[in-house]
Amino acid sequence: MTVLEQPGAYRPTPPPGWQPRVEAAPLLPDAEPYRLLGTAAAADISPDLLTRLHRELVRGRRYNTQATALTRQGRLAVYPSSTGQEACQVAAGLVLEDRDWLFPSYRDTLAAVVRGLDPVDALTLLRGDWHSGYDPHEHRVAPLCTPLATQLPHAVGLAHAARLKGDDVVALALVGDGGTSEGDFHEALNFAAVWHAPVVFLVQNNGFAISVPLAKQTAAPSLAHKAVGYGMPGRLVDGNDVAAVHQVLAEAVRRARGGGGPTLVEAVTYRIDAHTNADDATRYRPDSEVEAWQAHDPIALLEDAMRDRRLLDDEGVRAARESAERLAADLRTRMHQDAVLDPMELFEHVYADRTGQLREQAAQLRAELDAEAGDSGKGE
Amino acid sequence: MTTAIGADTARKPATMAQALGRALRDAMAADPSVHVLGEDVGTLGGVFRITDGLAKEFGEDRCTDTPLAEAGILGTAVGMAMYGLRPVVEMQFDAFAYPSFEQLISHVSRMRNRTRGAMPMPITVRVPYGGGIGGVEHHSDSSEIYYMATPGLHVVAPATVADAYGLLRAAIASDDPVIFLEPKRLYWSKADWSADAPEQVPPIGRAVVRRPATGGRQSATLISYGPSVPVCLEAAEAARAEGWDLEVVDLRSLVPFDDDTVCASVRRTGRAVVVHEATGFGGPGGEIAARVTERCFHHLEAPVLRVAGFDIPYPPPMLERHHLPGVDRVLDAVARLQWESEWTEGSAV
Ligand SMILES: Cc1ncc(C[n+]2csc(CCOP(=O)(O)OP(=O)(O)O)c2C)c(N)n1
Repeated sequence: MTVLEQPGAYRPTPPPGWQPRVEAAPLLPDAEPYRLLGTAAAADISPDLLTRLHRELVRGRRYNTQATALTRQGRLAVYPSSTGQEACQVAAGLVLEDRDWLFPSYRDTLAAVVRGLDPVDALTLLRGDWHSGYDPHEHRVAPLCTPLATQLPHAVGLAHAARLKGDDVVALALVGDGGTSEGDFHEALNFAAVWHAPVVFLVQNNGFAISVPLAKQTAAPSLAHKAVGYGMPGRLVDGNDVAAVHQVLAEAVRRARGGGGPTLVEAVTYRIDAHTNADDATRYRPDSEVEAWQAHDPIALLEDAMRDRRLLDDEGVRAARESAERLAADLRTRMHQDAVLDPMELFEHVYADRTGQLREQAAQLRAELDAEAGDSGKGE
Repeated sequence: MTTAIGADTARKPATMAQALGRALRDAMAADPSVHVLGEDVGTLGGVFRITDGLAKEFGEDRCTDTPLAEAGILGTAVGMAMYGLRPVVEMQFDAFAYPSFEQLISHVSRMRNRTRGAMPMPITVRVPYGGGIGGVEHHSDSSEIYYMATPGLHVVAPATVADAYGLLRAAIASDDPVIFLEPKRLYWSKADWSADAPEQVPPIGRAVVRRPATGGRQSATLISYGPSVPVCLEAAEAARAEGWDLEVVDLRSLVPFDDDTVCASVRRTGRAVVVHEATGFGGPGGEIAARVTERCFHHLEAPVLRVAGFDIPYPPPMLERHHLPGVDRVLDAVARLQWESEWTEGSAV
């Protein structure tokens, strides 16, 4: 028998003065992901909210398929699709007040668009023109973040700063299941809990980090369980149930705004498409798994629930689809125009004031461009 | 049929990516202490398929999909090395290695020194690096200077298919940590390649003259490594039309630095241009130019020039061609080697 196996050996008498700091139990997530659609409680959700969620879900799906098509046409360098995860994206995009901040990762373009970003501006990173095509302050959306989990401490810092200034601003930070393994995830959650920062962390657990399944990512009972160790509540929710995700996030946001500190939410969902258009998902997962999840589609779940409550009919579905087609058409038209980029802008915004060095290099590039233009002029 | 690069293909044309995969396979077959670990290296075979087939052939204990945590990957590799294994770590892209820098700089690079030689770190860190593949932000960095500035690390970068194989074998066999920079835009470059030819297993720290000068009147040495070597070779061809006789030195290894080969070349030609993708200011070229100047001052007909990426964060793919040093920029530098004193008087470009 090892020391750890001896009954009681691991539970020494507490030292004098030891007090439990918090009741552990309220922090623990439920064993099962929280579902709302199809339950009796769903009757309380406002029809307006459901209609809004539905419209955004349908538009979001269309946005994903259109963006994926644009990669095939060479108009986007890469697109990490959120097809199948639209419920998380829509809920995250709608749940915040204007003054709040969203901290997305590279897969979260849709959440940013739902929050109000221009769909084309949201894609510049992935198109390859500029790293970020929008001013983060305009809609309070931080730049889409590619290095995993590195945006999480930013969210904590921003929320902390807002609180120091007396503003009741909440930050919602998005991360994937894989990203929860990074050190930055740990540091962000720990800071948030210690500082009692008004932050909500939403983990979209879509089953895979590129090819690596959750079982190889973590041995935790759920990612929501990780919250307990930091001293914040963990909530587990069905990530394809848009009403449930919205409700859980809304509660967490309310709690944060009211001074209750951070929450970790794990939404259990699935990445229907490959990691990006460059990935071959057949190498690491069977089609049958994808099909099983397609049977749990976020749009179908919501439409069924809404039809049950007579909040949606064929006409309503058609209206949402038309709105989605308009979005897609607009995206297509504008993305089919070549981006006009001025190479001289390479030297903009490296520093507030251009250094002498960069002025020299700009002059060099200017001369090269002029020579190029001269050469091509000669040929005509 | 277990690996994409079976023994039967050893003498056939291969890509650099295949040569790297074969080097890993051969090293694992030759030495059971060689373990591969990283993100997506197992089932998927890596996002560039370099490790394709290794998990199947050697088992998941020797080619392991890790949790997604670069500091964790390199940190556990330290412990594995402490216990006698030879970890080969894959960092998925250049800019994603940064979370591991704490382990790299605080431990990997100085463990031998801290332990007065008792605890070597035979770790190879493979880093797909550099631009030119249209990657979005954080997928194109040239981070060699950070590694070069850290004593205790070897830093190598192959430019040919054969060197990719040979240098990776040498890196894995090395009892010191090696940062193995894989120029990703050369992954798909092809060559007739035989893994058996002994000259294709260069020791770490040996540069090579890729293209000798032929004794022409206006001669110069182009010094480069990794993805810039093909650029220099092309420039050397093009420069013939201008009457220039250019020698191209491929460093292969930045640390240790082969002063002998480089300086012998510069003494022959009398002029030198260093070419690399990394930013120029505080970049590798500054160190190289200083060394050449210190050792060959009396042989130089002109100052050592540098052709480098601009001193800007790596640009978006639509503009990267303006950032990356290409043939024209190298030729411009060569033209400036016709040293005239007025050039110093404020005409610096
Ligand atoms: C620090 C860092 N390491 C590696 C990568 C490369 N990479 C991009 S996405 C990805 C998988 C992410 O999985 P997950 O966090 O589950 O998010 P998902 O893609 O499933 O939304 C990896 C390894 C990265 N972007 N950043």
